[in-house]
Amino acid sequence: MIAHAIFFYTFSIIAVVSAIMVTASKNTVHSVFFLILDFISISCLFIMIGAEFLGMIMLIVYVGAVAVLFLFVVMMLNVAQQKNQWFAGQATSKHIPVGLIISTLIFFEIIIVIGGWKYKPEIFDLNNSLANTSVSNTHSLGQILYTDYIHVFQISGMILLVAMIGAIVLTFRQRSGVKRQSYIKQISRERAEGVEVLEVQSNKGVKIDD
Amino acid sequence: MEYLNIVFQEVYKILFLLVPVLVSVAMIVWLDRRVWAFVQKRQGPNVVGPFGLLQSLADALKYIFKEIIIPSSSNKVIFILAPIVTMTLALIAWAVIPFSATQVLADINVGILYLFAVSSLGVYGIIMGGWASNSKYPFLGAIRSAAQMVSYEVSIGVIIINVLLCVGSLNLNDIVIAQQNMWFVIPLFPMFVIFFISALAETNRPPFDLPEAEAELVAGYQTEYSGMMYAMFWLGEYANILLMCAMGAILFLGGWMSPIDVYPFTLVPGAIWLILKILLLFILFALVKAIVPRYRYDQLMRLGWKVFLPLSLIWVVLTASYLFYFNLLPVN
Repeated sequence: MIAHAIFFYTFSIIAVVSAIMVTASKNTVHSVFFLILDFISISCLFIMIGAEFLGMIMLIVYVGAVAVLFLFVVMMLNVAQQKNQWFAGQATSKHIPVGLIISTLIFFEIIIVIGGWKYKPEIFDLNNSLANTSVSNTHSLGQILYTDYIHVFQISGMILLVAMIGAIVLTFRQRSGVKRQSYIKQISRERAEGVEVLEVQSNKGVKIDD
Repeated sequence: MEYLNIVFQEVYKILFLLVPVLVSVAMIVWLDRRVWAFVQKRQGPNVVGPFGLLQSLADALKYIFKEIIIPSSSNKVIFILAPIVTMTLALIAWAVIPFSATQVLADINVGILYLFAVSSLGVYGIIMGGWASNSKYPFLGAIRSAAQMVSYEVSIGVIIINVLLCVGSLNLNDIVIAQQNMWFVIPLFPMFVIFFISALAETNRPPFDLPEAEAELVAGYQTEYSGMMYAMFWLGEYANILLMCAMGAILFLGGWMSPIDVYPFTLVPGAIWLILKILLLFILFALVKAIVPRYRYDQLMRLGWKVFLPLSLIWVVLTASYLFYFNLLPVN
């Protein structure tokens, strides 16, 4: 039990401190690294309470994919403006009221959600009974997701798909003057189509059309 | 005192796993260079020790005594952390690899997810090294590798789903035992080929070694590294390659199981079979390095997203519907 407590407090302290450092650190790349540390320690906490599947999925999805893309974007920005001028500059201070409005909204949403939170009365019994059975939490998660919550699950997948398509449509632009390669065409070319032998007359030259 | 005993026992177990892994990484570097040389009708390293077996040892000694140079314009903390991260991630993944039904350090329920998670974290060592060097070639290499590793992870994940459909468990030992009658390489052969190629891309091996393409980027993300830090990148990279081979052996080649289930073969301990399978896959890796020229970057991305991802997704649907139709889905 003591070892359990030691690990729990280590991971939770790391999680809280790195979450604070995400917002506090001056360098944006550093804050993404702190975000990654935060994700990792939270997934360790998940594993400690026995939710090993959630912990691993957290590692794979957030740390392995999402945070890499974050880092990707932030590193690109950082090259463009090495001296972090996001908050100091006069021209950019008009972002602050918008950010304030959004963050107050989110704050009140969280308060509403947490204030209205009620546990099912049987949840504590359920917890005890789950601990005794040999069903792994991957199985139980799958059984709940694909039976009781199948519609919610499918709808959330659709929302993600729509968001992805939306992002692609927003950033897509047709470039003109780009030469495209067709692999089948390149491989199936014969010598006869590629090479042409011309009689060149003296002092005339040849016209090559392309 | 009881705690201490447990801790010591675990430490012994970990050392018993890690020391052979590190030694075999050194040997595998030698093997890689030898195979590469033989394909090109050269001798390769053959001077130090019998057949040049001690070449890696000599190299390691050289790296240890070289000076570690930290560029003055680099971000020093992250610059030093990067090779440590690479090395650590390459080594912690070995905790879940089963060498026989009982010989496994951590027999966890979600073993394959753990392996996948750790191999997908491997990109951080490279990105950190490339960014912290604060110079253009490492940075370009890091950007390339981030994009490359993220895209090939997707197809590896989908291939793992294929195998899991046939097994019905995320435990690595269960995956091995499910292949008792038939290795998954036979029914899922196209997936094995795609897994092999994706593993090449995931570990930045040629022909997908664009993050360190010496013709374009000097040495990519490791350009600014020297001495032991460079050697740690190198060790981590080869440990990752071995890990990918082990993953392939467990997912498709029956892990620690003997190829034929008859008397003299079953006497051989499982660890030997697993090592032989890893070696087989590694020699294939080395041959590919010697034979195939480097891909262009847009071709690499096209292969990952437009060929492998749809193919493996279609195969998931095929496998699932086959298993469902013939009522073969593993239910427990």
